[in-house]
Amino acid sequence: MDQLFVVLKSSVVQLAGRWLPEGALPFVSMGLTIAAIAAAAPVIMMYLTWLERKIIARMQNRLGPNRVGLYGLAQPLADGLKMLIKEDIVPEGADRLVHSLAPVVAVVPALLVFAVLPFGRNMIAADLNVGLLYFLAVSSISSYAIFMGGWASRNKFSLLGAMRGVAQIISYEVPSVLSVVVVIMVAGTLSMGGIVEAQASRWFVFTPWGFVAALIFFLSGVAEVNRTPFDMPEAESEIVAGFHTEYSGMKFALWYMAEFLEAFAISAFTVTLFLGGWQGPAIPLWWVLFGSVCLVATARTIPSVLRVLGVVACVGSGVVAYLANEAVPSWAWFLAKTYGLVFVLVWFRGTLPRLRVDQLMGLAWKFFLPLTLINIASAALWVAMPGPSGGVLAGALLILSGWWLIRLNNPAPLQPRTYLFVE
Amino acid sequence: MIGIGVLKGLWVTLREFLGTYPAGRWLLTRLGASTGQGLFTIEYPEVKQQHAERHRVFPFLVYDASPDNLRCVACKICEQECPPQCIHIVGPAKDEQGRPLKAHGRTFPVKFDIDVSICMSCRICVDVCPFDAIEMDNAHELSGFDRFAEMVYTKEQLLKSNEYFQQIKPTEASVVDQRLAAKAAKTAMPPQPAASP
Repeated sequence: MDQLFVVLKSSVVQLAGRWLPEGALPFVSMGLTIAAIAAAAPVIMMYLTWLERKIIARMQNRLGPNRVGLYGLAQPLADGLKMLIKEDIVPEGADRLVHSLAPVVAVVPALLVFAVLPFGRNMIAADLNVGLLYFLAVSSISSYAIFMGGWASRNKFSLLGAMRGVAQIISYEVPSVLSVVVVIMVAGTLSMGGIVEAQASRWFVFTPWGFVAALIFFLSGVAEVNRTPFDMPEAESEIVAGFHTEYSGMKFALWYMAEFLEAFAISAFTVTLFLGGWQGPAIPLWWVLFGSVCLVATARTIPSVLRVLGVVACVGSGVVAYLANEAVPSWAWFLAKTYGLVFVLVWFRGTLPRLRVDQLMGLAWKFFLPLTLINIASAALWVAMPGPSGGVLAGALLILSGWWLIRLNNPAPLQPRTYLFVE
Repeated sequence: MIGIGVLKGLWVTLREFLGTYPAGRWLLTRLGASTGQGLFTIEYPEVKQQHAERHRVFPFLVYDASPDNLRCVACKICEQECPPQCIHIVGPAKDEQGRPLKAHGRTFPVKFDIDVSICMSCRICVDVCPFDAIEMDNAHELSGFDRFAEMVYTKEQLLKSNEYFQQIKPTEASVVDQRLAAKAAKTAMPPQPAASP
């Protein structure tokens, strides 16, 4: 089970080897990987919208999409169809070429970062030895796309949104990159596969510097992909829809696709860098399958025929997994952790109101940036002094400096005003 | 302490999220936490909301026993009082000589149309009717595809029995029935000699 997709791919390549010359096989292999990512990405994006709507709805005591298909599962398809047949409006006086180009420029880097993402053991499209650098470089292209879109729309709200977006993305790029430095220091490699291997004994999030870096990386990531509570570039109450005000139809869908893919990528990279990637405790697979039997059997919305079929399938595969002594596969661990973080993103959106621009910038420059610098020192202590004393020192340094930074950023509250001439 | 407010808020949304699932409610009760408000969505076409008795949408004409025994006498007070002027009455019905026709001892309208797209559900027609002939209905699924063919309700569409009225609005219908019975008793009784002052 663990190597299911790897084995599948190699068998397809072998099958192709019967008809194709030997030299073409690496290209077939590459093409298969690219096709898998290119096909998975839109599906991931579509079902992220469904997931987000469902979770937000439940947080607001609603049901969410439930009309199109079981549990509204066909809703993303209906939305996609609607987006396809909508009129594509380009505003008068807009820069047509740049206006049409911007959403594409937004989507392409969001797709490209998936190339260095280790989805499971041996499941990485290109294990570059500078994988992390590649991710940081490619993901920051989205600021160009946002500014292109905002500028080319010839709309004040778009431009304001784009300017906010660029300021925000560039600001949060700094703590984001600096928080990743500690991972490189400890793992000693920039390759994503190597970083995951380095977490075999202990996930980085369970170290003092790793915990701080994970928080900063994830929150900076939330800000970089313009999600609540950092969604100033598209603040509805102030600037309509920000940089994508003038977009409609499929171009708008592309903006959304870029945004959701980036959100997924941020979660996936936080998992890879700090939460152990595809590593996980060896839980027997049949436990999970038994759990899904309970879920399927108690789901009242599903027609009973499907319920019986689902229970039979789950029990059957559970028995097979029990006999084969299978553990939960690595890609399932990776996806479970990533979707856990996606849930956190949606949870933030369901809870937190939008920050003010100065609060947002203050958080990046006055809190995250100094804390990441101190965090690098803390990781250096950890590396230089192996053993408990280094860990205690690193933790104490971080707690003290975190407390100090919070104190610095929150000046003493104003004294109650005394009025001299008013009773 | 900074950040506690954010954590509290996150807990509230997580609690409401879990509280919408049976397993989540079980977990929350085991933790001793409040289970939140729970789902309040009514899945409309399958499940219909129970309306309050006073819920009103659109008027209808009341008849007793049979549809030709309608209470309306075509006095046109409601037509005049209707603020958006959505009632259109032709009548009372007359024969060739111009004498009013009567059914069950009353005159009756030839045409009685109400435009549902104009009606604003104000209930003034009900309040001004001296015969309790018009009452408010609570049926609200009134959409249609044609502005005039489907939105203008004719007399035949508006006629509904008194039993229906008693069924949808028991309290109001019993008050109306008592009033009508008192009126009928008064007219049926021979006029009493006035008491000497």
